[in-house]
Amino acid sequence: MKTWIAFWNIMKKDVRTYYLKPPNISWGIVFPLSWTLMQMIRSSGSVDLSSIREMLPGLIAMSVLFGTTSMLAVTITFERRGRSFDRLLLAPISLRAMVTAKLSGAVLFGALNAFVPVILAAWFVDLSEVNWVSVLLAVFLTALTSALMGLVIAVSAKEVFEAQTLSNFFRFPMLFLCGLFLPISSLPVCLRPISYMLPLTYGTDLLNSSILGASAMPPVLCIAVLLVFAILLFEFCQYSISRKWIL
Amino acid sequence: MSKTDIVTVTNLSKRYGSITAVDRISFSICSGEIFGFLGPNGAGKTTTINMMTGLARPTAGSIIIDGIDAVRNIKKAQSIMGIVPDESNLYDEMDGFDNLCFCGALYGMPRAARESRARELLEQFDLLKAGNRPFKAYSKGMRRKLTIAAALIHEPKILFLDEPTTGIDVESARQIRNLLLNLRLRGTTIFLTTHYIEEAERICDRVAFIVEGRIVAEGSVSKLLGSTGHGHAIRLTADAALEPFVCELQARVPGCTVRAEPGHAATVVSKERIPLYPILQYLDEQGVSVFEAKELTPTLEDVFVKITGIEAAESRKEARKVGIGR
Repeated sequence: MKTWIAFWNIMKKDVRTYYLKPPNISWGIVFPLSWTLMQMIRSSGSVDLSSIREMLPGLIAMSVLFGTTSMLAVTITFERRGRSFDRLLLAPISLRAMVTAKLSGAVLFGALNAFVPVILAAWFVDLSEVNWVSVLLAVFLTALTSALMGLVIAVSAKEVFEAQTLSNFFRFPMLFLCGLFLPISSLPVCLRPISYMLPLTYGTDLLNSSILGASAMPPVLCIAVLLVFAILLFEFCQYSISRKWIL
Repeated sequence: MSKTDIVTVTNLSKRYGSITAVDRISFSICSGEIFGFLGPNGAGKTTTINMMTGLARPTAGSIIIDGIDAVRNIKKAQSIMGIVPDESNLYDEMDGFDNLCFCGALYGMPRAARESRARELLEQFDLLKAGNRPFKAYSKGMRRKLTIAAALIHEPKILFLDEPTTGIDVESARQIRNLLLNLRLRGTTIFLTTHYIEEAERICDRVAFIVEGRIVAEGSVSKLLGSTGHGHAIRLTADAALEPFVCELQARVPGCTVRAEPGHAATVVSKERIPLYPILQYLDEQGVSVFEAKELTPTLEDVFVKITGIEAAESRKEARKVGIGR
């Protein structure tokens, strides 16, 4: 019960103090909205509504990626700089519970971001055939792995600007290598192995399967790989925090 | 005060590569006492407190806190600790009340209990009016007081404070010292690191001196003060220079040493009690009036200087800034 009280309050504090601030909310809404409009207008200059459904998996994946990775990296680095993170390390809750609470806030925020393009798309196209359970699972697993990557960055960065730079250093190449803009099969052969080493590749494919009914890999495989990524990243983060931040 | 040890530290060491920050230190703290951990900057005070509270891993040694092995089971030990670091580590974006409630939540306190306790602490620390202001708007003294309040939210058995009065104004420092004395009255054990020796002398029951990672002296303040071997000393202030009378004064009071000082003053030092009458009579005969004869008692700073050979002038200078200088 005591751990649960601490867990809930760490998550609530992060969401209230960092995530639900106007700049972050506007980032979560404006970014997917801009991408949606840009893709809809395309080169012809006219609005192409028929493509919204095809764009939706990519937009969801991007919203989750941008909503989670840098948020967690920046907030933890910020807390480390101000030494308020020490307060969490000094609290009588396990490192595992504390890390999970921090992750939960970022995952929740990422998941909320993911549904901004969904709500926008629902105005224009019929989404009744979408497998929502599978979408929720894909969003959750993508948000979890992205947040964990943010935590990996937080463990490596000492300054907030370093965390932001590192986030972009990983995020933008990932966008182009995960099959969002170009199918992996059309990438140069030397880049394809890298694509399969990115969690976002599997998240995007799972979203494709849930929304469009078409995917490059079996959904079960994507779920399994995302779970393995999540476990490995979680253990790595916990180990790194324990080694680097408890001197 | 109970004489039960609540903290026992044995052969505690911390090495960072080839640098030994703390070198096989051992000490114990009795339940309900204020234990001062004194030393110059870089002596190993913060490293020791970090090891005791779980922010650093000991390289060797053991720490037992209230029967809990704090090296192996730090999370259990943390539940009975309140920790005030050398820099305030609350959340700038949150107000005072929310900061306290959040800290209570970290110790698993239910909402009603932590809110009620937060209000009580804000009142106790004279911060009730500032309770709804963001922490970043607080002055240094207020920040330090709220950080101490946050450490007390769960009513810990033992409170660790790292340099609690460093860099804050005189009034806030005085309030904090009074607060620590009140906490001791209520039975809270306090472990305090400071480089203000006079502050430690004023509020601590026992102290340990740490220099270059090693404890060089430990004991009750009175025991350490008695260990100087200074004997007795009297400082005389007169209406004329006392230098011409030094030899005769030494002859009239056997076993004493007289040292003339600037400002028509002299210090008389002896292992035995110093009879004042022969001195005053002689000086009166010489037409010199003595205005003041003040007994000089050794201070903890004298003990520190004697043991370590380190002049504590820097500590004294800074201590005056926070209102503990004499």
